Amino acid sequence: METRELICTGCPLGCPLTVTLEPGGPVVKGHTCPRGEAYGRSEVLDPRRTVTSTAAVIGGRQARVPVKTAGAVPKDRIRDCMEAVRRLRVAAPVGLGDVLLPDCAGSGVALVATKTVERT
Amino acid sequence: MRTTDIVIIGGGPAGLAAALAAREAGVSDLLILERGNELGGILNQCIHSGFGLHTFREELTGPEYAARYMDRVLAENIPFRLGAMAVRVTADRRVTYISREEGLETVQARAVVLAMGCRERPRGALSIPGSRPAGIYTAGAAQRLMNIDGYRVGREAVILGSGDIGLIMARRLTLEGARVKLVAELMPYSGGLKRNIVQCLDDFGIPLKLSHTVVDIHGRDRVEAVTVAAVDGQRRPIPGTEERVPCDTLLLSVGLLPENELTREAGAAMCAATGGPVVSDRLETDLPGIFACGNVLHVHDLVDYVSQEAALAGESAAAFVRSGGGETGRRVRVAAGNGVRYTVPQFIGVDRMAEAAVVRFRVTDVFRDVCVRLSLDGRELTRRKKRALAPGEMEQMTVTRSDLAEARADSVLTVELEA
Ligand SMILES: Cc1cc2nc3c(=O)[nH]c(=O)nc-3n(C[C@H](O)[C@H](O)[C@H](O)COP(=O)(O)OP(=O)(O)OC[C@H]3O[C@@H](n4cnc5c(N)ncnc54)[C@H](O)[C@@H]3O)c2cc1C
Ligand code: SF4
Repeated sequence: METRELICTGCPLGCPLTVTLEPGGPVVKGHTCPRGEAYGRSEVLDPRRTVTSTAAVIGGRQARVPVKTAGAVPKDRIRDCMEAVRRLRVAAPVGLGDVLLPDCAGSGVALVATKTVERT
Repeated sequence: MRTTDIVIIGGGPAGLAAALAAREAGVSDLLILERGNELGGILNQCIHSGFGLHTFREELTGPEYAARYMDRVLAENIPFRLGAMAVRVTADRRVTYISREEGLETVQARAVVLAMGCRERPRGALSIPGSRPAGIYTAGAAQRLMNIDGYRVGREAVILGSGDIGLIMARRLTLEGARVKLVAELMPYSGGLKRNIVQCLDDFGIPLKLSHTVVDIHGRDRVEAVTVAAVDGQRRPIPGTEERVPCDTLLLSVGLLPENELTREAGAAMCAATGGPVVSDRLETDLPGIFACGNVLHVHDLVDYVSQEAALAGESAAAFVRSGGGETGRRVRVAAGNGVRYTVPQFIGVDRMAEAAVVRFRVTDVFRDVCVRLSLDGRELTRRKKRALAPGEMEQMTVTRSDLAEARADSVLTVELEA
């Protein structure tokens, strides 16, 4: 049976996890809390990450606005999301939480601003 | 001279949380001084997520975490000055600052909260030989250039030091299309959080070379390559292990230093192990009415702990304004014992302590399956089992007033590790 050694990234404790791929689904050991178990399962079944970057702002008090995907996107879509952010130009004002792309690079997850940038 | 109940120096997460707690404790006459052009401190450039899990039970980015506190500071109408840099603090709590609008101004405060944060150790603090071409940045400076100003810093990078900022920047550079060749770490373990090693290096296949350092930098105008070598147990480069790694950028993530010029000039007693002032359980320095919190007190890896600590400093400052203070009565020294590098606080004023006090500490090395033991003059008070401890992760123990009931004036509370 295949086992994988992971480090839970659910919180800074970083518990060492052992995930065994049983016929009935992955079995997680080593977690301290339920988040760790969920992380271990999803990390072998459907690994996801939140993408953060900055996008260009036009006419704002700052040249860039920080952004993030509103939820985690499949790991293999990270590059596409970054490319979508690179092409993005946002007009000021931008508010914290504003949806900048409803579906970031076809990931099914929105891209939102994580800071308010006023107009100049 | 103008007077203010509490002056808070620094408008980062520590300063904001301290101000909010002081206001909550009933002090209305506050002033936050921030030398930058916005509140939020270092969080403004930390665009990655991973902030606030403890406090808000969600994973926020740095700017989002800062906004939660900024919004409350605005809602509470707490006065703050931007572009105002404190240049002098005296032991009798006069704060002098410079700003464009006011020029040089001095305020007499009844209490002062120091929340100036920390800065990065520059290359000068290391001793890498070689020329000084362009393309060498501290990791935090590169982070600022990329995230606030929107510049590209390089195409092929080597990162020296595996502290969190270095790890975060490895991912940031990679996602922006640069190639991070490797991260070299002098110590046999990383100083960064495990989650950052997983998400910033492992995810992208960036090698982490432990017990390695940069021994030479090549290039005249711009960095062309660096030489990386393995080091021995004494951290000396091992001849014959040198490897030349072509790159145009070298990022230094070799540690943070609390920014304590003002604290030192005020005459506060300093702690060599933390680089910050010596404080009591109420986070008061040995200068009555001057408190410290956040990265200026000791370097934190988690902003949640900064906010918690700062709230205590704000409350203590408010209590000082109400009823005066300074430490009186029994003063128990907190000692870093076996395996412990430092503790904050360094002493506890037993006769006026709250129900319980949190003792934060860092360990000296990586340890597995050990006990953290708290003892008073050799008598054990509590012990806690730990599966893993690392210098990069701050730990804490709680000591209660009843634990210390029998303490004498010269008692010592020791935090130590036991196999
Ligand atoms: C790159 C990086 C990544 C991090 N990642 C994480 C993470 O993922 N998760 C997490 O929880 N924590 C993280 N942290 C830790 C956390 O963000 C910091 O510990 C926290 O921001 C420290 O807060 P502070 O208020 O003490 O200092 P700062 O944020 O540095 O604020 C200090 C403020 O004081 C001002 N100041 C300094 N001197 C003066 C003066 N003389 N007069 C007036 N103003 C002055 C400065 O301009 C600054 O705004 C990270 C830190 C860094 C640097
Ligand atoms: S298992 Fe729970 S406690 Fe352990 S790292 Fe994951 S989230 Fe944190």
